[in-house]
Amino acid sequence: MAERLVTLNVNGVTIVRFKDKRIVDAGNIEQMGDEMLQLVNAQHLKQILLNFEGVEFLSSAAFNKLIELNKAVKDVGGVLRITGLRAEILEAFKMLRLNKIFDIRKTEADALKAYGVTN
Amino acid sequence: MTETSWTWTLHKKIPSSLPVAHQYLETFLQALKDAGWDGRDYFHVQMASEEALVNAVTHGNKESPDKQVEIELYISPDLVNMRIKDEGAGFKPESLPDPRSEERVDMVHGRGVWLIKEMMSEVQYLGSGNEVIMIRRRHDPRFDEPDEDGDDDFFTED
Repeated sequence: MAERLVTLNVNGVTIVRFKDKRIVDAGNIEQMGDEMLQLVNAQHLKQILLNFEGVEFLSSAAFNKLIELNKAVKDVGGVLRITGLRAEILEAFKMLRLNKIFDIRKTEADALKAYGVTN
Repeated sequence: MTETSWTWTLHKKIPSSLPVAHQYLETFLQALKDAGWDGRDYFHVQMASEEALVNAVTHGNKESPDKQVEIELYISPDLVNMRIKDEGAGFKPESLPDPRSEERVDMVHGRGVWLIKEMMSEVQYLGSGNEVIMIRRRHDPRFDEPDEDGDDDFFTED
């Protein structure tokens, strides 16, 4: 099965980008969730930045996977941050008050700065 | 369906399969784009149709090959009307807890029905709760000011 994520390491921060424009299909979500959890559980990465640029839609099943990942990262003492949310997805995050549990940054540069990385 | 001139309609019984359900959703969403829907209006219909159909297939019919989901979808440039009915036991939507509450905000389920209510102009559950009718008006004034808090309060600050 093709990988659903693209990862890039910038000074110790793993930036994750998504190949799917719409993260809805049950199989895609499971695979995406597994790939994200592997970053923490198998690759032992602790500083993970999810960049959703180019992603047009997330369903509640995708939100659930993100919450799962956030917990996994916290459990190993890491920090998960999110950026690149398009306006409509950001609105859904706001409606659900998910900013209470996620660290959401306006830009990738803002997020990297929060990790202490400056370019 | 009164006087509305629908530009696209679909009425079908489909198997309780997520891949099949998503194929129909793809067709529906393309028709929605073709009818001129975009931005938040489009996104809200996409969210509600996705959540309702996934709920019908997984929670309602529990993906049983013996059960079907009935979908009835109507699109016009200004209005969308969706009816989705499964063969499950139904549920009481008013009994579902608020997913935004302190104790539930980090749970990994329980947001779909709430999102439908928040993103549709009208939602009605029929029967035992196994049938839902969702109506979304394009440019509905209810959705005009989503952002009273402003973005700056939302993003995390150090």
